[in-house]
Amino acid sequence: MNNIRKNRLKDQAFKIWGIFCTLLGLVLLAVFIGNILVDGIMRIDWEFVMNLPSRKPEKAGIYTALMGSIWVLLLTTLIALPVGIAAAIYLEEYSKKNRLSTILEVNISNLAGVPSIIYGLLGLEVFVRILEMGASVLAGSFTLALLILPIVIVSTREALKAVPKSIRDASFAMGASKWQTVYHQLLPASFGGILTGIILALSRAVGETAPLIVIGALAYVPFAPSSPMDEFSVLPIQIFNWITRPQHGFVENAAAAIIILLLITFVMNGIAVYFRNKWQKKFK
Amino acid sequence: MSKDKKESVIESSIKRKYKLQANDVKVWYDDFMAIKGISMDIKPNKVTAFIGPSGCGKSTFLRLFNRMNDYVDGFKMEGEINIDGSNINDKDINVELLRKQVGMVFQKPNPFPKSIFENVAYGLKIQGLKDKAFLEERVESSLKQVALWDEVKDDLNKSALALSGGQQQRLCIARTLAVEPSIILMDEPTSALDPISTAKIEELIYKLKDKYTIVIVTHNMQQASRISDNTAFFYLGELIEYDKTNKIFTNPEKEQTENYITGRFG
Repeated sequence: MNNIRKNRLKDQAFKIWGIFCTLLGLVLLAVFIGNILVDGIMRIDWEFVMNLPSRKPEKAGIYTALMGSIWVLLLTTLIALPVGIAAAIYLEEYSKKNRLSTILEVNISNLAGVPSIIYGLLGLEVFVRILEMGASVLAGSFTLALLILPIVIVSTREALKAVPKSIRDASFAMGASKWQTVYHQLLPASFGGILTGIILALSRAVGETAPLIVIGALAYVPFAPSSPMDEFSVLPIQIFNWITRPQHGFVENAAAAIIILLLITFVMNGIAVYFRNKWQKKFK
Repeated sequence: MSKDKKESVIESSIKRKYKLQANDVKVWYDDFMAIKGISMDIKPNKVTAFIGPSGCGKSTFLRLFNRMNDYVDGFKMEGEINIDGSNINDKDINVELLRKQVGMVFQKPNPFPKSIFENVAYGLKIQGLKDKAFLEERVESSLKQVALWDEVKDDLNKSALALSGGQQQRLCIARTLAVEPSIILMDEPTSALDPISTAKIEELIYKLKDKYTIVIVTHNMQQASRISDNTAFFYLGELIEYDKTNKIFTNPEKEQTENYITGRFG
């Protein structure tokens, strides 16, 4: 009898502790967002989005940084997408399961854990110096593409794995080649899952700061980039730059820019969740 | 030289009497020997049933005829499988073409997550056939052959996954028929279906043997006796007995066969 009560008490205690742990991160994030909103929400207007950087906080805007982020995002997608998906298809559908493929797999997972600043150093050496791209949008995009490649590969493989084996069997039994099976059956069936992974990877890329600072992205760029070879800044760098300024006006600006950056990532994650749910329904 | 030729002509005419031939076939999965040297001949335009307890190798053996084991890790094979007298494991055999000639229906209905039309047209489309009128005609005739046309003719663009299990399985058979194979392999095609759907499929199999050679794996003894002309009993990777279905079910030669069909083991 006594034992039962003790167990029930432990059960209750753990439940409360569990709820506390679950809420810890969420509550802290909510407090942070609340703080930022109070600081920055009044600062956001069309002019703030469209203005160029300025020494005067009330005149400064995020236009160049926002455009830089969009440029980097688009180019990163163009580079990482075909490479990542092709690598995943090869690993999942073509490669034989042997020692070599196991080593490859483990190392791709390891790559996902390499600190982003290391990728920055790699980008600086390879893209900026050896390939002479300079501190351009292109160099930044290649660097970020490398950074998210492992995430794209791993999530694409998961999506391919989730397609039932019976679909492959049916396609092969109809006389389809491997590529026909991949193209006509597996890619359409795993599209939602692949897209989810890519969007999540990109929403990580859009928040990256360290590797871009290392390759030489600037904190102050007077104009928005107009070609892949232009110099650029991105939102996180702009935020970092404003926070280091002494004037209170810039702190407000930083808060406002943070709100916009968060908005972008939340919207991207929202789209990813939407596609995931839509796709899961397809296979009951 | 001419003597050789003569011999080979005679040999191939003997081979042609049979649609499918297996000569001393052995199969391993890594170190496990799944098929222990089986030889058998299967006649054209007949229904041949493979029966035997789970793990006896009958499904593995069936999948040799369209080389579906090729992708299984650790699969190794010895011996010869001939279709119409030619060895399907020869280097110059194109496995995609082979599978167009040897269709397969699986245990669980596995339509593609696409429309009914796309499911049936898939085999033709991957062959590069694009003519719309031709595709439509072939889809219609295939669906009619499996008696599904009247049920779905107004819903050809609906998802195949919305069909019932029995309809899905008939769709899968129609999909196989659309590429006009000469052989159809069926791996327990009714084990996931209700009795009414099962009866429809059995009726269909009976009708299809006029045009096709059918090999069916089944766990259902009554099914084998109802629909097949010949029956092969497999046990532990060996072919125990292979004869006319009538004979197997009324007067089997081997005691093991009798024990199995009377339900004493398995």
